[in-house]
Amino acid sequence: MADIIDDQTVEYVGILAKLELSPEEKLRAGEDMSKMLAYIDKLNEPDTEGVEPMSHIFPVSNVFREDVVTNGNERAEIIKNAPGVKDGMFQVPRTIE
Amino acid sequence: MHILDNTAVELAGKIKLGEVTAVAATEAVLARIEAVDKQYNCYVTVDAEKAHGRAEQVQKKIDRGELTGPLAGVPFAVKDNMCTAGTRTTCSSRMLNHFISAYTCEAVKNLEAAGGIMIGKTNMDEFAMGSTTETSYFGATYNPWDTRHVPGGSSGGSAAAVTAGECFAALGSDTGGSIRQPAAFCGVVGMKPTYGTVSRYGLIAYGSSLDQIGPLTKDVRDCAAILQVIATHDKKDTTSMKREDSDFMEALKHDVKGMKIGIPRDYFGEGLESEVKEACLKAAGVLAAHGAQVEEFDLGLVEYAIPAYYTIAAAEASSNLERFDGIKYGYRTADYDGLHNMYKKTRSEGFGPEVKRRIMLGFFVLSSGYYDAYYLKALKVRSLIKKAFDEAFLHYDIILGPTAPTTAPKLGESLIDPLKMYLGDIYTIAVNLAGLPGISLPCGRDRGGLPIGLQLIGDCFSEKKLLRAAFTYEQAHGVFPPAYAMSEPE
Repeated sequence: MADIIDDQTVEYVGILAKLELSPEEKLRAGEDMSKMLAYIDKLNEPDTEGVEPMSHIFPVSNVFREDVVTNGNERAEIIKNAPGVKDGMFQVPRTIE
Repeated sequence: MHILDNTAVELAGKIKLGEVTAVAATEAVLARIEAVDKQYNCYVTVDAEKAHGRAEQVQKKIDRGELTGPLAGVPFAVKDNMCTAGTRTTCSSRMLNHFISAYTCEAVKNLEAAGGIMIGKTNMDEFAMGSTTETSYFGATYNPWDTRHVPGGSSGGSAAAVTAGECFAALGSDTGGSIRQPAAFCGVVGMKPTYGTVSRYGLIAYGSSLDQIGPLTKDVRDCAAILQVIATHDKKDTTSMKREDSDFMEALKHDVKGMKIGIPRDYFGEGLESEVKEACLKAAGVLAAHGAQVEEFDLGLVEYAIPAYYTIAAAEASSNLERFDGIKYGYRTADYDGLHNMYKKTRSEGFGPEVKRRIMLGFFVLSSGYYDAYYLKALKVRSLIKKAFDEAFLHYDIILGPTAPTTAPKLGESLIDPLKMYLGDIYTIAVNLAGLPGISLPCGRDRGGLPIGLQLIGDCFSEKKLLRAAFTYEQAHGVFPPAYAMSEPE
């Protein structure tokens, strides 16, 4: 199962993860992932027929609360962290050509 | 007795009696940091001025009788993945090097409300991904017992700071052992509470279904005192549980008569260092001598915990770390060509190799075509692991074993082979998958003088049993002294 990690797969996962990898990094990533997945293939050993997948420990369903504002105006503190700011707003690269 | 030799609860008791002040305790900690942190690198950020100001405020409140709890006036450290308003929170990543949150993490807020004084933010593996605190953007933390060795991770800075006398107690977070394993390697007490016991509000997420905040302390009493303060129900975290039994200090009884303790044979097999094995079995003997019924059993499925964990944690991390895109906060690359190129370059330059490795694995196991084979399969195995624990707790109050198969490895040994590093998490990881509470406490030292950790695991919501057993062992044996007390004569 783990021999599925070819260059194309590394390329594809890089796109999903929004990462730009150097040729060396790609090589290493492919090796690391293959090794890890070969190990993860161990999960095929136990019989999981009819077992419910458990994404969460407790059987809690949606937890609701009233949508009430409890914090104050933290605009200044929040915007201070932005790498690009213009006129008190987040500055982003052009998104539409 | 030097002021730093007090435990957190002892210190607060003396402050209450007027024997020492919160200001003096804070100054002692800051002086200690000044003297030794260059050597250990426990802290990413120390805010001396702010801590000093806080100490003066807290002392006034203590003098006026407004703060009377068992932690009032105690200087503490916080792992750098918990947001603190006004003090930067980096996750030990270039990505968040200059990030200052607008709000404070609920657990930190609770400790401050109890009169705690935050000294600074401790070093960690980048985004809590690692078991050695070597993946930090700010350089590794060194084990104060022997600086050629790692302190463990990912809460390595917190554990090292406690044993180095650079704080009286610390908060850490545990996704797969990140509190318990560094506690073991540094010879301090560390607890991962039942999932949902401590609010995750303000904790920068790694694996959301696994993450839990907990204390790292000099002894079991301090551990109970901190847990009692941070175990609160919080509406801001929808996985936060309402617990009626949060008076954890009540559990500190020197008594394990009739307690049933199970030792999983599968935790004592191949790969376990003989000195660690002997120390843990000796500790079990101490508990048996105090009236506990100790017996061996087969837990099962132990070898599947690591592959299930790394699949699930990587999947959750890949989603949680999507938010770091160079727009609203954090690092942004200097040169780019358009929006998508900016995202890619920002993330590639902002994240270190271990983070990239895990998020790529996460995206892969969630990707169409592989989701069922990997992610879903891991969730099913997680069910089976939980069931194995459920079955064990029908027969036992507590499961006893080692925290880690070895003592602290040497610096540089682990990162060469990530898979080998992951295997070191074998005894801690299943606890997170099943949401259980676990505590690590010192139970000896190896030939090289490095601490050995004993792990006690309980069923969900059974922290009191763990604390009682841990306290009984500690009382019987005597508290293990921290590194700084061993290395420097008065």
